[in-house]
Amino acid sequence: MAESVKDRVIRIIAEQAVLDVADVKMDSTLEALGIDSLGLVESIFAIEEAFDIQVPFNANNPKDSEFDISSVGAIVRAVEGLVAEQHA
Amino acid sequence: MRRVVITGAGTVNALGHDVPSTCEALREGRCGITELDFRDVERLAIRIGGQVRGWDPEAHFNRQQIALYDKFTQFTLLAARQAIGQSGLSFDGQLGVTSGVVLGTAAGGVNTWDENYRTVYEEGKNRVHPFVVPKLMNNAAASHVSMEWNLRGPSFTVATACASSNHAMGQAFWLVRAGVATVMVTGGSESMLCFGGVKAWEGLRVMSKDACRPFSANRNGMVQGEGAAVFVFEEYEHARRRGAEILAEVVGFAMTADAGDIVMPQAAGAERAITGALRDAGLNPEDVGYINAHGTGTAANDKTECAAVAHAFGHHADRLMISSTKSMHGHLIGGTGAVELIACIMALKDGVIAPTIGYEEPDPECALDVVPNVAREAKVGAVLSNAFAFGGLNAVIALKRV
Repeated sequence: MAESVKDRVIRIIAEQAVLDVADVKMDSTLEALGIDSLGLVESIFAIEEAFDIQVPFNANNPKDSEFDISSVGAIVRAVEGLVAEQHA
Repeated sequence: MRRVVITGAGTVNALGHDVPSTCEALREGRCGITELDFRDVERLAIRIGGQVRGWDPEAHFNRQQIALYDKFTQFTLLAARQAIGQSGLSFDGQLGVTSGVVLGTAAGGVNTWDENYRTVYEEGKNRVHPFVVPKLMNNAAASHVSMEWNLRGPSFTVATACASSNHAMGQAFWLVRAGVATVMVTGGSESMLCFGGVKAWEGLRVMSKDACRPFSANRNGMVQGEGAAVFVFEEYEHARRRGAEILAEVVGFAMTADAGDIVMPQAAGAERAITGALRDAGLNPEDVGYINAHGTGTAANDKTECAAVAHAFGHHADRLMISSTKSMHGHLIGGTGAVELIACIMALKDGVIAPTIGYEEPDPECALDVVPNVAREAKVGAVLSNAFAFGGLNAVIALKRV
């Protein structure tokens, strides 16, 4: 079976944070996982490449971007939405 | 130690193809940022920039020269002709032996890299023009200025990303002050506005899609520009004896490193560069009437820079003016400090402070007098120009009215 969006996003974040996949929980924040602003931009790049999507994200104001990065779960939901929308 | 004065200035940028037209635009608060126009622009997410309009290389160079000059070199050579022409100097005699050229650029001949990568990768060709290397090398512009003007003294290129020009002009200042050179031709240039250049910047996600609004609460990133500015830094007695027109005196310079992060700026490093330049110049904080800010329009730079200025100047921070002219000409990366020095000279010489345009909403983290939207008349005796580069390398230069 193909890997789910959720599992793939978690794998990308875990790799960025240099953590085990099991240590990345849906309610974890990127900050708590030790991912800084540069790590975030890199993670988003990896997500765009993995799913062939465009993620609306401006590093100047992450909180006001359309892309919710408040937790791993929020990112997974946002990516699921983008995949559905952009591959429809 | 010897005194150092500026006796010539030249520029090509999005606001104009010389100093008078650039100053007119700065006074009027005119925006030079427009829709980008070059091959494959439709594949970019970022499509605005401070692009030099109406650039016609044939008007300034012959066919052999154009084959050898990347755009960053072309911009530099034109600006150097204007600056050296204004100074009235000739370097053909002994003066050329004790005079040199030091220029800043972050990336040199980006258009040349871009065009030739396209040739070998996209078009699949296996042969490139013989001049690719001498065209793209970072020191091409400095070398061509030295050759065109017979400058045979200390000459080199400085690459410190967005602080390149300030670092270059600082070296020129110190070389003349220390007696190593009589005259230094200095400044910087950049020309990254091509598909590959802008695509690289897009990756970092710090670029604005609509405007550069430094210090404004609704700012959403930087906008790139292109062009060059070149100055003649001359030993004061040499300039005085020949009755040269003095545009301003260069009085101080300092450089520091944050030793922190490759992209995030830190206030402490910026503040040490500011206080270092004041100390080098023998200026008190109260002497400074205007600062040309680094002011990129990113969330991180503007608040960090304001914190550094507030801390370095104490109470006087509320009385001085600080503006970012990047709102008009864009961020010229390695050439930016040079173009911004024109706004500093205008402040000292003409008593006109260039505004920060696009300012829409106050930001409590940038609570300084940023000269919003409209230029201001004011008599200032001393000014600073800030440059804070990616990689945490900071360079601040201080000028005085003569």
